Amino acid sequence: MNGPHDLGGQMGFGPIAPENNEPIFHADWEKRALGLTLCCGAMGHWTIDESRHARENIPPANYLSASYYEIWIRGIDMLLERHGFATREELFSGRMSGAGTAPKRVLQAENVPATLARGGPCERPTGTKPAFAVGDRVRTRNFNPTGHTRLPRYARAKQGIVEVVQGSFVFPDDNAHGRGENPQWLYTVVFDGPEIWGEGADPTLTISIDAWESYLEPL
Amino acid sequence: MADHHHHHGHDHDQGHDHPENHYSDMQARVKALESLLSEKGLIDPAAIDAIVETYETRVGPRNGAKVVAKAWSDPAFADWLKRDATAAIASLGFTGRQGEHMRAVFNTPDIHNLVVCTLCSCYPWSVLGLPPVWYKAPAYRSRAVIDPRGVLAEFGVALPEQTRIRVWDSTAELRYLVIPERPAGTEHLDDEALADLVSRDAMIGTGVVRAPEEQA
Repeated sequence: MNGPHDLGGQMGFGPIAPENNEPIFHADWEKRALGLTLCCGAMGHWTIDESRHARENIPPANYLSASYYEIWIRGIDMLLERHGFATREELFSGRMSGAGTAPKRVLQAENVPATLARGGPCERPTGTKPAFAVGDRVRTRNFNPTGHTRLPRYARAKQGIVEVVQGSFVFPDDNAHGRGENPQWLYTVVFDGPEIWGEGADPTLTISIDAWESYLEPL
Repeated sequence: MADHHHHHGHDHDQGHDHPENHYSDMQARVKALESLLSEKGLIDPAAIDAIVETYETRVGPRNGAKVVAKAWSDPAFADWLKRDATAAIASLGFTGRQGEHMRAVFNTPDIHNLVVCTLCSCYPWSVLGLPPVWYKAPAYRSRAVIDPRGVLAEFGVALPEQTRIRVWDSTAELRYLVIPERPAGTEHLDDEALADLVSRDAMIGTGVVRAPEEQA
């Protein structure tokens, strides 16, 4: 979707403002927000792709003014309600009124090290051979899906070169919507700065994205 | 939406009003959420403690700095990193969440690499820990791809005009670690001393590594 999250090339956000000796967390609630997000994900009822898409659905004015941990909490609220774990009233009151969905798993403290060490690998075999090879010239598709996609707007309908065939990976555009993992070949595609940004672009700039096969057309 | 303007600030405990009111005090919002999920048996608060402790004490940019130092001192390891970064990094004990599929990209005198996630906040947690606020914020995510030299200038990095800049937008599950150039005059340093020179920003590409005498 063309949501507020798709920020590449937008203007007006001002300087970067890195913070010297930045602390890992800026408030106690950020620690809890991190842990809550990971614990809720570990129940196993939604994928990382669905959780990204939930965050993308935050109304733009709210998304752009929220800190990232607030974005995560807004996303978790949506997911917990959607999957029947809590009603909106329960979420915002903090008071339980009914049981809701039973979790497949609850992450216990003693299992945290193993769970974090395992992560969530998403490379999967496909029954196909890659359609593109290193050095192939390709064009990214021009589309504006209302659902989840990982092809940024700035990189649509652009010509680039396949630099690496990275393997085959879960396809987020399907997986975010419960349509299955449907793995596809993934390619690192590199673009010249002027192909992306046109007049006045930095001629020393190249940009790459990691693009699933169905994002690409042969040239 | 009709009651949007009515109950600001005094009704965190009501469920019918506009949800926006509930995000004005994040400390209260997250406390309510944790309490609810705990009561429902969906989370173990001690698991949250364990997650926080992991990223406060064990998983952070010192992991990545060890990878860089070894890449500088051990050509066979550097070669392994180029071919299979996930395995090479795992051999040092760094694996797991948001580091499942690692790629190492090497700076050279001709090419400077810069990593961003324009669509969210993808970042190689297993080697760098949790991302800094600026990495997740709109200014960096919007500008890194269109004005990388301007971004670098704000970090105090001025590259020669002819140096090419390669921006890696982390749009999939591959996580990129920049291997900065080893500064001159560090031949006598061991891996531990080398790692001490390597900043988090240098491994994102918003910094470079300077020789010890330049760092003072």
